[in-house]
Amino acid sequence: MEIIILILAGVLFATAIYNLLQKQLLRLIIGSVLLSHGAHLFLLTMGELKRGNPPILTEGISEYTDPLPQALILTSIVISFGITSLLLVLAYRTSNENNTDNMEQLRGNENE
Amino acid sequence: MIFTVLIPLLLACFVPFISKFKHKIHTGTVIFFIPLAIFFYFIQFIGSGFEPIRHTYSWIPSLGINFDFYLDGLSLLFVLLISGIGALVVLYSVYYLDRSEPLGHFYVYLLMFMSAMLGVVLSDNVFVLYTFWELTSISSFLLIGYWHFKEKSRYGALKSMIITIFGGLSMFGGFALLSVISGTTSIQTMIANADVILDNPYMPLALGFILLGAFTKSAQFPFHIWLPDAMEAPTPVSAYLHSATMVKAGLYLVARFSMIFGSYEWFFIIVSIAGIVTLCWASYMAVHQTDLKAILAFSTISQLGMIMAMLGFGTKAAVFAAVFHILNHATFKGSLFMVAGTVDHETGTRDIRKLGGLLTFMPITATLALFGTFSMAGIPLPFLNGFYSKELFFESTLDLEGGASGIAGFLIDVIPYLAVFGSIFTFVYALYFLFGTFGGKTQLDKLVKKPHEAPIGMLVSPGILVLGVILIGLFPSAVNGTFIAHAAEAVYGEPITKDVHFWHGWDSPAFQMSLVVVGLGALLVTTRRKWNGIYQVFPGKLSVNKVYDTIMGKLNAYSRTITTFYMSGSLRNYMAIILSTILVVTVGFMLATDGFTIDFGNLAPITFIELTVVLIIIASAIGTIFAKKNLAVILIVGVAGYGVSLLFLIYRAPDLALTQLVVETVSVALFLLCFYHLPDLKRLHAPLSTRTTNLIISVGFGALMTLVGISAHSSSWFETISDYFIETSKPIGGGSNIVNVILVDMRGLDTLFEITVLGIAALAIYTLIKFKTDKGGK
Repeated sequence: MEIIILILAGVLFATAIYNLLQKQLLRLIIGSVLLSHGAHLFLLTMGELKRGNPPILTEGISEYTDPLPQALILTSIVISFGITSLLLVLAYRTSNENNTDNMEQLRGNENE
Repeated sequence: MIFTVLIPLLLACFVPFISKFKHKIHTGTVIFFIPLAIFFYFIQFIGSGFEPIRHTYSWIPSLGINFDFYLDGLSLLFVLLISGIGALVVLYSVYYLDRSEPLGHFYVYLLMFMSAMLGVVLSDNVFVLYTFWELTSISSFLLIGYWHFKEKSRYGALKSMIITIFGGLSMFGGFALLSVISGTTSIQTMIANADVILDNPYMPLALGFILLGAFTKSAQFPFHIWLPDAMEAPTPVSAYLHSATMVKAGLYLVARFSMIFGSYEWFFIIVSIAGIVTLCWASYMAVHQTDLKAILAFSTISQLGMIMAMLGFGTKAAVFAAVFHILNHATFKGSLFMVAGTVDHETGTRDIRKLGGLLTFMPITATLALFGTFSMAGIPLPFLNGFYSKELFFESTLDLEGGASGIAGFLIDVIPYLAVFGSIFTFVYALYFLFGTFGGKTQLDKLVKKPHEAPIGMLVSPGILVLGVILIGLFPSAVNGTFIAHAAEAVYGEPITKDVHFWHGWDSPAFQMSLVVVGLGALLVTTRRKWNGIYQVFPGKLSVNKVYDTIMGKLNAYSRTITTFYMSGSLRNYMAIILSTILVVTVGFMLATDGFTIDFGNLAPITFIELTVVLIIIASAIGTIFAKKNLAVILIVGVAGYGVSLLFLIYRAPDLALTQLVVETVSVALFLLCFYHLPDLKRLHAPLSTRTTNLIISVGFGALMTLVGISAHSSSWFETISDYFIETSKPIGGGSNIVNVILVDMRGLDTLFEITVLGIAALAIYTLIKFKTDKGGK
């Protein structure tokens, strides 16, 4: 199963990158969202999948899944959420100010 | 001794205060006493019983870098030149520079230069020497660009800076190599261990680097081009830096290190060829110049070439002649520059085609010029020092030692002829300079001012130098015994006893060569107009300056082309470059280290429900690419997100599933809030090639990550540390939810900063929405 999840992560990465190489702002954000999904699944697979119970201590059970990757992913989800929402608002402001969401047309001003 | 080096630098700090009163007292009159005091301090060392002196002061002892000052004969000769001519130049500048000029700047730069130059010739530590060496380059740059409102000054300053710093850096490389090879930073210790250095395979590299430094500083062919352009500096600067002192730093370096490299055959070959070629080329070119200072600049280059050649010969006679000529050249060339400056000052032009017949207006200047030029030309009169050194030069070309075969042997045969050739042209330009300025008809209509004799103060300095020319000419043995012999000994390693006589008899070959020079030279001077056309044929359009300008131009153009090629401003291109670099490097590394492993054991079983979820996520991920409406894309991304949270649930991560669910919901809501304001996803048609590269990069990257993941998963190196978390969650952390205990207890710092990230994002979003500025984003 791990290999299938890794392939899924690979597909997520590929589509994310393809979106990131586009011109519209919305596509870039979509790309970054997909990229973080891919990374989270990647992290999860690096621990072992489905060997034991959920990591909540229960009487009489000694086998649990690896809790560390879960903690890492939880942190990462929150951070990528923060970034995504900031990016969204930034995209909104940018396209409002410049009347375009085409990255190729956003080339800074003369003095840069 | 350290004080003599540092005093000019320290006093330079006070110059701005002195220069405030420049209308009451010319700043130069105060400065004048500094070099004078240094000169009188060093004069006490002159004498036949001179012994080298060493003073050491710690600077960076851990790196072996100390202010290690060593005064031997060679250094003494140079410090006397630097301080003596320095004093005369300051005196001259008092009359040359008007009080309306920024005098403070001038004397600060000049004192800086003086310090640097004294440091170069007194340092025994290679790195300290290098420090002072670069300080001379910098102060020379500042002095050449003194009249910075003139474009030619800035051009000349930049050119000299680039060339000398290029050489200086290469010299630094040579020094570093030498100090690694010999294990010491002291030049004298290196000389003592010369055989260790000579046996080292890196020795030729070190030698090449050091010689490059010396050749650029001393304006040897083809690095001579900065010197004529440095003539844009005020004349006192040209007289001081670009004839008497700084340009001799390269000679000093070669002389200093000839004790180490002297026995190496290529040292002889390279240095001699560089010197002789420079001598011939520059003396040939000097005749073609029309500007007085340009003639003198090329003359300086050619004389430096002559000294360089003699240092390359490395025989007793040659070393003695070289050292003697360093002194002689400084005296007559300094005086000639001052004469040229005086003529410029009194007539308003330095163009030799406009000058002429000034003898009647400026008799004293003309007399001074007469002695200077005759000495430079090497005219056989017993009271001109130039003749002695020229005859010694001829003598030394005739008795060269060394392997009589190969390149060295060929050189030994050819050098005397080239020496005579160079000297003939030296004679020609010297007399051309003299008669072009002071002889012939007066052309008053072409002059800016009506010429008259210069003020007496302006004539004092060249007068003293000419007096030096005559005194050395009359009593060569007095100078020889007291310090020239010591200097020559410092270069050669053994005492050189040489008597300098005027008369060697008719059968002396050197004297016959001198007669040839005078005869042919006189012939060429009188017929100069007839053969002047040769310069149209050779060098014609050839010029090293063109090479320099082309190189600089092309460098600019190419770097601009390269930068605009990859700094296109397009985010997509940067992404493509970054990703392909990652792709190539990682794949290359995996191939090179044979890093890919795959292990099908220890895998979780595949179930139908997981597979379905995976397929849904894959479908929605690919769907984002093809969807055309904003709303559709957002919903498809939502599907992928919920799919991921489903996977989390299946893989027994309840907290993750919960968070992902909430986050995904909020994100989709946010997307939906924004999508109304974003333009619709029109299909922006990119060319097929761009789309193909995008596809290749993205599929390649995805495949790479899958492979890396599989490979990493298949090779387990260590046991997981999670057992510790599971065991201690309850007893130490006091909670049953292990993930939460990790988040807030065991790795609480992560959580703290993740909260910070969210806070910052929230603040940033608030600011972005709230603050509106003018359109255009000012």
